[in-house]
Amino acid sequence: MWIGAGLFALYVPGVTPLPRTGLLGGIELAIGIAIAVVALAPWRRSEGLEQADRWLAALPIGFVIWQYATNKTGLLPLPFFPAPESVLEVFTDDWAKLAESALASLVLLIPGYAIGAALGFSLGVAIGWSRAVHYWAHPILRFVGPLPATAWLPIAFFCFPSTRSASTFLIALASGFPVAVLTSSGVASVARAYYDIARNLGADPRFLVRKVAVPAALPSVFVGLFMGLGASFVVLVTAEMIGVKAGLGFYLQWAQGWAAYANIYAALIVMAFLFSGLIGLLFAVRDRVLAWQKGIVRW
Amino acid sequence: MVSATLDNETRPGLSVQISRVSHAYRTGAEPVDVIDNVTFGVDPGEFVALLGPSGCGKSTLLRLVAGLDQPSEGKVGTDMVRVTGPDPARLLVFQDPTLFPWRTVRQNIALGLEARGVAGDHRAATDEALALVGLEAFADALPHELSGGMAQRAALARVLINHPRLLLLDEPFGKLDALTRMTLQGELLRLWQQGGFTTMLVTHDVEEALLLAQRVIVFGPRPASVVFEAEVDLPYPRHRDDPGFIALRRDILIALGHGEEL
Ligand SMILES: Nc1ncnc2c1ncn2[C@@H]1O[C@H](COP(=O)(O)OP(=O)(O)O)[C@@H](O)[C@H]1O
Ligand SMILES: [Mg+2]
Repeated sequence: MWIGAGLFALYVPGVTPLPRTGLLGGIELAIGIAIAVVALAPWRRSEGLEQADRWLAALPIGFVIWQYATNKTGLLPLPFFPAPESVLEVFTDDWAKLAESALASLVLLIPGYAIGAALGFSLGVAIGWSRAVHYWAHPILRFVGPLPATAWLPIAFFCFPSTRSASTFLIALASGFPVAVLTSSGVASVARAYYDIARNLGADPRFLVRKVAVPAALPSVFVGLFMGLGASFVVLVTAEMIGVKAGLGFYLQWAQGWAAYANIYAALIVMAFLFSGLIGLLFAVRDRVLAWQKGIVRW
Repeated sequence: MVSATLDNETRPGLSVQISRVSHAYRTGAEPVDVIDNVTFGVDPGEFVALLGPSGCGKSTLLRLVAGLDQPSEGKVGTDMVRVTGPDPARLLVFQDPTLFPWRTVRQNIALGLEARGVAGDHRAATDEALALVGLEAFADALPHELSGGMAQRAALARVLINHPRLLLLDEPFGKLDALTRMTLQGELLRLWQQGGFTTMLVTHDVEEALLLAQRVIVFGPRPASVVFEAEVDLPYPRHRDDPGFIALRRDILIALGHGEEL
């Protein structure tokens, strides 16, 4: 399949000659040969390869269709639908800027998310544990929480000295809210029997919070962390498109200004890898931390 | 060897004083009377079984003795000292083992030592407690990997490692199959005979009470009050076909209102 796609890329003439057609075809040929070698290798049958066999077959077909519909025939209009070799060209020629943007996005996202997760977790534990904190904080959280963090953009950009700190604040807000809500409900719904047992064995309130309430609430906390991560992506990209002069969101905005749609697709692909990678990372952390849970949902 | 530390403990079992205790739950709109003017005592090292219809207030009584709740009226004391809160000298084992699912069996058993900040690693102590209940092979298992009987053994070890002077058991074998229950009854008897602690066992099983306890106290329907009390003056190990056993079972069933079924 891959070899066929490579030959298609190389030898079927396009409407206009594009510089990276040769590279795309070459890569497809190389993947095809690599798969053939691994598949035919008698010494080691790869489980993963067998699992993914239908995807491996479908992908080159997709590339062929994509090429066919764009540069080979011109069915889809430019500039909105660039050929795959044009997107590839962005990676080969503009990779430095893409990498820099991805890094800038990470540098903006991670502190905001970490602050939001930490504060949301602490607030959630306090609300779930203490009636007094619950009384005062819960109504505020219920009233203000549903506001999307992006709705605070105008106020945040005005209140904070830099767009960067404003964005960090918004990302923290967006990720902190679900973490706080789910942590507090997790802590509040810990079975009384756990507390009874620990109290009976001589535990003080500190122990009850740290060694009973928090571990019992962790599954719920992780649900909050996942929701917070998703919300933080939204805020990150929005903030970068509106105010911050760096990052993948800014790159998208900039590419749109030049009608450089190949760059937009390239940036979207990088973003997809980055964000799904982060979610995968959080899943890995959760699987470790919650390894004690029976029948845990795998990603 | 197994009983080494328990025998070495010089502290005897606690005596229990329950004096004109009444209790009502005030969670709903109207208070629910659960215990009505109950008075009885337990001697140091004695094994007493508490019987009564379901929902009559037996668990509540044990919670009061454990100090997890305070009675609405009357006094609960151990060794003539009023119970004002929980204390690791009086430990309660619930019907559900309620092991902490995020801790291994060993970590569950070490819970009390950890909670009280007992210094050092708890390896030797937990090893001993595991051996006491025959769970050595499952030290590093997680609770969801245990059978019901094993989980209840772990719950027992989690309590025994703290050398309680009063063991409060709330239908601890109620959910187990008959064979596991018999095994665990035998083990409990052995632990009590070796340990010297006082035991109060709540059960709905008349035979279990007569196999294990030196005295049986029967409560009436809610709110609980004592309707019958009997010494079980039979040597261990007890036999279900012993005439004394049969006579006592009959008296207790009559006290529980099941006389006509005999
Ligand atoms: N925390 C509570 N709040 C309100 N009512 C309760 C509570 N715990 C138990 N009860 C009620 O008290 C009564 C006695 O309960 P319990 O002591 O568990 O009975 P038993 O152990 O004899 O079956 C029951 O009617 C039960 O519904
Ligand atoms: Mg009960």
